[in-house]
Amino acid sequence: MKSVILTTATRYLMPMLLLLSAFLLFRGHNLPGGGFIGGLVAAGTFILHNFAFGVEETRRLLRINPLVITAVGLLTAMGSGVVGLLAGNPFMTGHWITIPLGKGQGLHIGTPVTFDIGVYLVVIGATLTIILSLAEGE
Amino acid sequence: MISIAVISGFVLALFAPTIHRIKPSWSGGVLALLPLSLFFFFFSFIGEISGGTEIVESAAWAPQIGVAFSFYLDGLSLLFALLISGIGALIIFYSGGYLHGHPNLGRFYTYLLGFMASMLGLVLASNVISLFIFWELTSLSSYFLIGFDHHRESARSAALQALLVTGIGGLALLAGLILLAQAGGSQEIYELLSRGDAVRSHPLIVPMLILLLAGAFTKSAQVPFHFWLPSAMEGPAPVSAYLHSATMVKAGVYLVLRLSPVFSGSASWHTSLTLFGGVTMIVGAWLAIVQTDMKKLLAYTTVNGLGMLVFLTGLGTPLALQAAVVFLIAHALYKGSLFLSAGVVDHETGSRNVRELRGLYKRLPLITIATALAGMSMAGLPPLVGFVGKELIYETVLAGSGPGHLVVIAALLANTLLFAASGVLLIRPFFGRAAPEAASSRGHRVSIDLWLGPVVPAAAGLLFGLIPGLLSSAIVSPAAAAVAARHVEAHLALWHGFTPMLLLSLVTIGLGCAFYGVTISKETLVDRWRWLGSAGPARWYDVGLNALKGLAHWQTRLLQSGYLHHYVLTIVLTAVILTAVTMIRLKGFLIPTTDLQVSAYELVIVVLMILAALVAVCSKTRMSAIVAMGVIGYGLALIFVDFGAPDLAMTQFIIETMTVILFVLVIYRLPHYTAISSRGSRLFSALVAAASGALMTSLVLVAHGIREGSRLSGYFADNSLLLAHGRNVVNVIIVDFRGMDTLGEITVLSLAGIGVYTLLKLRPHRNSKEEQAQTTTSNEEQESTDH
Repeated sequence: MKSVILTTATRYLMPMLLLLSAFLLFRGHNLPGGGFIGGLVAAGTFILHNFAFGVEETRRLLRINPLVITAVGLLTAMGSGVVGLLAGNPFMTGHWITIPLGKGQGLHIGTPVTFDIGVYLVVIGATLTIILSLAEGE
Repeated sequence: MISIAVISGFVLALFAPTIHRIKPSWSGGVLALLPLSLFFFFFSFIGEISGGTEIVESAAWAPQIGVAFSFYLDGLSLLFALLISGIGALIIFYSGGYLHGHPNLGRFYTYLLGFMASMLGLVLASNVISLFIFWELTSLSSYFLIGFDHHRESARSAALQALLVTGIGGLALLAGLILLAQAGGSQEIYELLSRGDAVRSHPLIVPMLILLLAGAFTKSAQVPFHFWLPSAMEGPAPVSAYLHSATMVKAGVYLVLRLSPVFSGSASWHTSLTLFGGVTMIVGAWLAIVQTDMKKLLAYTTVNGLGMLVFLTGLGTPLALQAAVVFLIAHALYKGSLFLSAGVVDHETGSRNVRELRGLYKRLPLITIATALAGMSMAGLPPLVGFVGKELIYETVLAGSGPGHLVVIAALLANTLLFAASGVLLIRPFFGRAAPEAASSRGHRVSIDLWLGPVVPAAAGLLFGLIPGLLSSAIVSPAAAAVAARHVEAHLALWHGFTPMLLLSLVTIGLGCAFYGVTISKETLVDRWRWLGSAGPARWYDVGLNALKGLAHWQTRLLQSGYLHHYVLTIVLTAVILTAVTMIRLKGFLIPTTDLQVSAYELVIVVLMILAALVAVCSKTRMSAIVAMGVIGYGLALIFVDFGAPDLAMTQFIIETMTVILFVLVIYRLPHYTAISSRGSRLFSALVAAASGALMTSLVLVAHGIREGSRLSGYFADNSLLLAHGRNVVNVIIVDFRGMDTLGEITVLSLAGIGVYTLLKLRPHRNSKEEQAQTTTSNEEQESTDH
């Protein structure tokens, strides 16, 4: 059973929701948001797609198995912890660098941000693994 | 350099299967090059060590708790390192021939090399913690090696038995070593060696000794832990030769020799070692002569040898320690050779029964020579190194340390029985008259990788017997000096003149011949005594293990009922009782009465939530219950908004939505609501739920009252921007301050995802299962685990 209203609305909502999730992820360090919330929003987006178009379409849209996304996320989070180790500090010590962008401005980036990206990916991957598996059933 | 020598074995172990795959027929020889070069590496230290030098090497591991990877090379560890690498080279070379064409030979090399490296680490380690690690690694590799033929049930249970017995001993050893390190004020053995006084006068000396000796005795198969060693003969012949005669079982002996300078002088040390060692050597030799399986016979003579070594260490005089060192060398040489010969006999004839085999000298001439030399060394006959060792043992016991006569009698009895056991092994199977049809199959050539292993140690036994001087100053003196903690000058000789020792040797031979005659002629009498071997501690082990399994089964059934409501009930009830009891006992329920204003806005939300909860409990359909629970969740999120926690509120909103979606997906497949539980059980559940709610409410109120006590929130708020470059404190806590927690949480989340996926996706397909009803189920299980 396909609903025209739902499919049409989903088409328009999806890009915005995904943008929102990325926005939440990156603003999380200074304002409400973060990898966990962002990841849930992104997962919710694909779940909406799943309801509108069915599981097979969602899997096609995702291209990669959500389990792989989970694994990549875990590795990213672990990797950001290892940076501290390599620098001779305890595991998970934060490290920051500033990428100069000219005019006295710079992009401040550090391992907590990459760690948050890892969280973001794990949340997307694990949630989608569970919900898509359930939606597929047997 | 020493650490590299130890690590090289582990590294090669990793690549052994690859090397084996590239050139299967050469792999044994190629891999044996490493132990061989290690042998020469350690050989090059002989001059330095016998000159009195000791080498210490250390690398930090966990310096905060004093743990280091440190290695210590002195006369004793050098002797063991030479035995391990030298015999190791022969064994690996031999394995290539013995297990020729075995599909898992590559993996076998990995285990064997890993074992060799662990054993080297054990005898070279100076730090007690690293010693323990290597000790456990030898137990672990032994488990894999004994159970190498893992399709046989007997091999698996023997491997488990060895692992459990030595593993429990290992735990005791760890505790003992920690006590020892505390008593001596150092974790380094080379420092502990000179602090014997402090250790011996420590109040916990007796528990320390019991723990250490439990470790040593289980590993070295002393009575009453001897039973695992004969069972371990389930492993292939090279394993029996290497682990269960020449090296691993000597680890316990190594430990008592190593610690001898520390405990020497303590009466309980000498008494317990002499007593256990003495009993073990007699029991071992007695059980050996009633065996019919060649390998079992050899296993029990190994028990005898290990007992002899512990016995001599217990006597503790410089002469006794010198005798122990010589006997150690002699035993490793003849026992390694005999086990490998037994392996060849099994390989070529398919039998190891000493009552059936006859006339092997015609079929296996070279093996016969090796076995004869090694067997005579075991019997203590001149001109072999075993004779030199036995003369020294007699000299020790006659010198009259310890409870004089008893010690002499024990040594005489053990040697006599050992002599008879050598006869049983050697005379009829190799030189007995063969049945006519067996005699015809002669002229069988054994390949070099099979005969080199037995022949070399046997020949070495002959060489050291003829010229014992080769050993005395180079190896025996430094090793005995290390154990005795004083200068020892060994003078080994084959011929001592007409001495009391020679007389005892003659008595041994005479009595041994008599025993042998009785054993051979009265086989039924011997059979009648065989039950002794199986009725002993092995039975206790079985009973104990079964009791443990029964207990585990019972408590698993009790806790893992399989009903979700049981689990929830157990968890909630446990939490409520434990928390409430603690809170009441410590008078923690101090609920503040002031400062509890509730705004009208909050009141509306709370009333809505309570109503929703009532609806959820009373609803007749699952869908309405889920929706009502969603209302509770959204209400909570609104409260978060009200209290200025936008992060929490956002998360709560999304999670609540997700939960509803999850539920909807699941209840699709569930049957309709039916009330199957009784009124009473529902009432009970309601009570538990009410108690849990009451507890949580009072905990929240109590927490509200002691809020000022927390120092963390202030710290996080102050340092969030400063240290972590973030203004959102909540997020900074999640990804930085408490990042480790988050890492754990996302790991759990991933596991949950994998778990659901496994449950739903990796089940054997129902339709195809019916179609493939004919194919074996084991095949399917294999498939599902392979995914």
